[in-house]
Amino acid sequence: MAKETERALAADLAARVDALPTLVNSDPWLVHRGRFVTTELLLELGRGAYYLAIERGRIAALERGPRPMPSWRFALRAGEEAWRRFWQAVPEPHYHDLFAMAKRGELSIEGDLHPFMANLLYFKEVLAAPRRERHGA
Amino acid sequence: MPRRGASGTAPDMAAPIDPIIGRYVHVSLSGRPHRLYFEEAGEGIPLVCLHTAGADGRQFRHLMTDRDVTDRFRVLTFDLPWHGKSTPPEGWQREEYRLTTRAYTEAIRVFCAALELERPVVLGCSIGGRIVLSLAIEHGAEFRALIGLEAADYQAPWYDTTWLHRPDVHGSEVCAGLVSGMMAPQSPEASRWETLWHYMQGGPGVFKGDLYFYRVDGDLRDRVGAIDTARCALYLLTGEYDFSCTPEDTLRTARQIAGVETQIMKELGHFPMSENPAQFRRYILPVLERIRARG
Repeated sequence: MAKETERALAADLAARVDALPTLVNSDPWLVHRGRFVTTELLLELGRGAYYLAIERGRIAALERGPRPMPSWRFALRAGEEAWRRFWQAVPEPHYHDLFAMAKRGELSIEGDLHPFMANLLYFKEVLAAPRRERHGA
Repeated sequence: MPRRGASGTAPDMAAPIDPIIGRYVHVSLSGRPHRLYFEEAGEGIPLVCLHTAGADGRQFRHLMTDRDVTDRFRVLTFDLPWHGKSTPPEGWQREEYRLTTRAYTEAIRVFCAALELERPVVLGCSIGGRIVLSLAIEHGAEFRALIGLEAADYQAPWYDTTWLHRPDVHGSEVCAGLVSGMMAPQSPEASRWETLWHYMQGGPGVFKGDLYFYRVDGDLRDRVGAIDTARCALYLLTGEYDFSCTPEDTLRTARQIAGVETQIMKELGHFPMSENPAQFRRYILPVLERIRARG
């Protein structure tokens, strides 16, 4: 991939992640779905790391890494190209779901998975929210 | 869109009633009495539909109200023991439910015999698709044709099933959360969420128990080559968005079976009949028509 394209992709992905707190916090039903979720997670896009602090379903803080002493309950790590495909308005097969990507080895789901699994519908909707950004879907 | 049975035909705008009849049949399975719930609609060639793991026969409600199907087929679906409105066997509270190839095969054959169905067509989805392959191997002569939706000889597991049944995770939420991504993004939102509702209504540990058959007991690798499609026609249809039973899994299976007819269905996932009934009928109607024409 040409350097310029690579930079444009990274900027687009960063913008999508930056929009996450607004997308989630402005959706009362999604916040309600996550009303029992208070946790910290790491979202990794290629070499870019984002730390999300969730309090009762709201994204209370979003911080771009690196962090000197990172701490999180669970982490979702995938390459930039995988997230780009995942966040298309109509994603292609194998990139339409977190577990679909995990099965192909494109996404790793690590750490203490209890908060993730106990609130799976919530986290799936949170992580798919950037599909709405810029596509109005 | 499918033409609906009663809807739109009443001149006085009476409330539409689906032409589906539900009843219970009492049978013995593995020596234990069971009360199975079943539904039926239509007249003609018996077509028995097998639901997916952790769900029930409601998944087929659109097929059962599609007159292009029910004008030629008597469509039946039954809820497996422990599922839907079938009563779990006495003593269920002190045992762990586990579906096996033997128990699943017995339930299907006993149901068909109890209803006196003559050489029925069996259509099964997911675990229903897997058992259809097993029926083709072991009992092909009993059936007019077999249809496997989202079927393969084996699929690689993609999650730890212990999450499905533990007290600190809500079973219905996690079952729905896991299968939610197995549908195509193009499928209508209402149909996708109706499909998830079925998963949210499964009993504790039932989805997990079904997956015992899927993952441990029902491995058909190296066995599907024995299927004789001259004796019993076999059709395999898989949605392109199914990452659990992928199109590659189905095509690999089909390559081992002479005479099988295979289709990869566009814009569909693991629950074609319920996630997008309008798209599914474009694929299933021609298959049913070929079966009818073969007699």
